[in-house]
Amino acid sequence: MSGAPKITLATAWLDGCSGCHMSFLDLDERLIELAEKVTIVYSPIVDTKELPAGTDVGILEGSVSTEEDLHKARMFRERCKFLISLGDCAVSGNVPSMRNTYDLDDVFDRAFIENAQAQPQRPSESLPTLLDTAIPIHHAVAVDLFVQGCPPPADAIWFVLTELLAGRTPDPTQVTRFGA
Amino acid sequence: MARHPATPAAAPKVRVVTLKIDGHDIGAREDETILNAANDNGIRIPTLCYLEGLSEWGACRMCVVEVAGSPKLMTACSTRVAEGMEVTTNSDRLQRYRRTILELLFAERNHICSVCVSNGHCELQSLARACGMDHVRVPYRNAAYAVDSSHDLFRIDQNRCILCTRCVRVCDEIEGAHTWDVMGRGVDSQVITDLNQPWGQSTSCTGCSKCVQVCPTGALVKKGTAAGEMEKQGGFLPYLTEMRGNR
Ligand code: SF4
Ligand code: SF4
Repeated sequence: MSGAPKITLATAWLDGCSGCHMSFLDLDERLIELAEKVTIVYSPIVDTKELPAGTDVGILEGSVSTEEDLHKARMFRERCKFLISLGDCAVSGNVPSMRNTYDLDDVFDRAFIENAQAQPQRPSESLPTLLDTAIPIHHAVAVDLFVQGCPPPADAIWFVLTELLAGRTPDPTQVTRFGA
Repeated sequence: MARHPATPAAAPKVRVVTLKIDGHDIGAREDETILNAANDNGIRIPTLCYLEGLSEWGACRMCVVEVAGSPKLMTACSTRVAEGMEVTTNSDRLQRYRRTILELLFAERNHICSVCVSNGHCELQSLARACGMDHVRVPYRNAAYAVDSSHDLFRIDQNRCILCTRCVRVCDEIEGAHTWDVMGRGVDSQVITDLNQPWGQSTSCTGCSKCVQVCPTGALVKKGTAAGEMEKQGGFLPYLTEMRGNR
């Protein structure tokens, strides 16, 4: 093994379904190869509680829909040198943004009252405040690379990561697209 | 007196001009468009509202090209070739403009491909990919448009409409029904059936489905299709027009 320091990688999911992370895990045995070059310092799939400053690559899944998402997006931008929007929700708002044409009150009523089977009522605590609209990550903070797909196929994620590790800037539109 | 029906009356002589497209020397009939001349020579210019077999419209601006000596960009679909013309179809500037056009189209109405019946079979979606439009910089408008499901067989979802008017033109020029037209201005423009009546109540619609087949997006679709299931068969058009003697 070479003594070269490993690249540090952080991931998080905001308003998404976790499908992009599942697609990441679909790298299967390639994860072992990846682990030789990369240390995952913060992610739903590891146990660290704090995103270290100066992380090399940050990957965000999901759109920015709540105050908490906004906070996380800003934190990733601040602490990661290179930020990737992974998947259509992060890149375009996608399914979470389908609520954007409705009034926020109506959205709450629909979710917690009209469709509730027991105790219809609006939650008053423990939920982060919803923003008026769900927006793509890059409408909140600057993003360096956009990987479309719902979810992006594992092969597309592999292509993007290996190109980055090789010091090149990949063009993800060659391997994925909106809705892929 | 016997006439010779097979001989067309004094066919006008069409001159051939020479021009350069992307540095290639090309010969074309003088009544041809830049787009046709490019296509004939294997040079692909992206198009969206253009459809072979229908009249030229020049609305979407995807096919803009640079012509040496002109400060204006020209639409390749509606500009005739000329002797000595020098055309550039794919400069950095043109690529940037095309991406911007696509961004504006995606931001104007709702294009959430993952849940769209046309996902994977959509000309707008594949153009975005081909042109490297990988994110939309402008704010999304988040405006809701109507969906009309009143027709027995088809549905129009205005949220996916890019106002290319292919439906209007095919219905008027090929089917001869002129059920479709455009109403309103700017972002409020929308295609309508008859005098803005529900499609299902249209007395002029023949139910031929030509509009559905030529619509480039998931705006005009067959009912009963789920996400990704709407595949269109637009290939009939050039054949139809040719068989009718290009009338
Ligand atoms: S019409 Fe095309 S671009 Fe729009 S959502 Fe559907 S597949 Fe995507
Ligand atoms: S409905 Fe389809 S064919 Fe008609 S204008 Fe809209 S996008 Fe074009």
